[in-house]
Amino acid sequence: MSIKDQVIAIIAEQAMLEPSDIQMENTLEDIGIDSLGLVESIFAIEETFDISVPFNANDPSAGDFDISSVAAIVAAVEKLKSEQAA
Amino acid sequence: MGRVVITGAGTINPLGSDMPSTLLAMQEGRCGIGPLEIEDVDRLSIQIGGQIKGYDEAAHFNRQQIALYDRFTQFALLAAREAIGQSGLSFSGELADQSGVIFGTSGGGLNTQDENYRAVYEAGKNRVHPFIVPRLMNNAATSHVSIEWNLRGPTFTVATACASSNHAMGQAFNMVRSGMAKVMVTGGSEAMLCFGGIKAWEGLRVMSRDACRPFSATRNGMVQGEGAAVFVFEDYEHARARGAEILCEVAGFAMSSDACDIVTPSKQGAARAIGGALKDAKISKDSVGYINAHGTGTAANDKTECAAVADVFGAHADRLMISSTKSMHGHLIGGTGAVELIACIMALRDGIIAPTIGYEEADPECALDVVPNVAREAQVEVALSNAFAFGGMNAVIALRRH
Repeated sequence: MSIKDQVIAIIAEQAMLEPSDIQMENTLEDIGIDSLGLVESIFAIEETFDISVPFNANDPSAGDFDISSVAAIVAAVEKLKSEQAA
Repeated sequence: MGRVVITGAGTINPLGSDMPSTLLAMQEGRCGIGPLEIEDVDRLSIQIGGQIKGYDEAAHFNRQQIALYDRFTQFALLAAREAIGQSGLSFSGELADQSGVIFGTSGGGLNTQDENYRAVYEAGKNRVHPFIVPRLMNNAATSHVSIEWNLRGPTFTVATACASSNHAMGQAFNMVRSGMAKVMVTGGSEAMLCFGGIKAWEGLRVMSRDACRPFSATRNGMVQGEGAAVFVFEDYEHARARGAEILCEVAGFAMSSDACDIVTPSKQGAARAIGGALKDAKISKDSVGYINAHGTGTAANDKTECAAVADVFGAHADRLMISSTKSMHGHLIGGTGAVELIACIMALRDGIIAPTIGYEEADPECALDVVPNVAREAQVEVALSNAFAFGGMNAVIALRRH
């Protein structure tokens, strides 16, 4: 499974939706993921990809990790994964 | 001061997953203690407990709820659903603001702590699930019940070891009696049967390897249990006005501190709490028909408790019945007083006295009518429930037949 599909699967499970219901341009708010759902999603992403996500729940916009849309999260995970490989 | 009645009761414990099955088990003198089924049990020297077997959390809660609910929270929510369901109450507007939750627990989310210490220390993981703190905190059960039922008044958790539930219910009683609250959802919950939870108790050398036999000369220690019981304490006039079914009246409560030793019980401290509850309820000693004992099955507790009862009641001590249902469900630590209150309600309402099972041989230092092995029919006007905790904290509740 691609990184994109895996991230979508994690987000869909958190939102209690089917992966096919998730659009890349959706924001987390659009699909009903609240702040607790967000930290759980990030935990699942870290566990799945064996990466450490720079995310501070006190100030979600502060870190490098862009959570403004599903596409942004996928891109951020791809970036972290490629840095890890380098 | 107002009067306080119980209009709902619910439970899940080693004897049953609801009130009817628990009452039946207590009447039959059934034992809910057996081999523990937990991780690393082979490294424990104590391998028995009052464990709730065949429990499937997914049958009651969805994945997201389970991420937030430790086992002790799940037990409290299930017991609260039964209790509030029976009461027929729903909470909105002013009633919601005047109603709250007080539960006792000692270990709180101990399974969550145990699992995650295991993950970081033993498995060497460097990351834990984000909800460990809200899952393990001692007030989690209280908070989730308040959230599920919209109870917006006085709400907190009491942790006084083995007296936690009695202290919690005593507070709830006084809040309703004083007019501070109309309805209080109260009781206690405990889920301590994990490797760390048992291992710590092993260290004290007070645990039995085979059975809990309170008051029997052959007793050799306590056995841990798990579970929850929840009650709806309601202002009597409020309950009467809505035609609620009343299970019994909460008549009095007292607490005391031994101010003596951190683990050894004190006869004087226990006697002051028992006598205090009678005084608070304005009940004469002679009207007490049944005492649900703290009765842990340790050498120290049982003889001290019997001496305290003899001191308070004098000649009447030989006429009342005193049993320890811990022989059946084990010691639920912070939840124990709540589950034991069920036996008091059964005595008052159904006229059935739960037995002390596992009783083999009389002990001259426990020479009271301990209702050995077989339940008994008897009409009881007043019942007491004793709880005496490590730390020297004693809490006794008096219930009256309605």
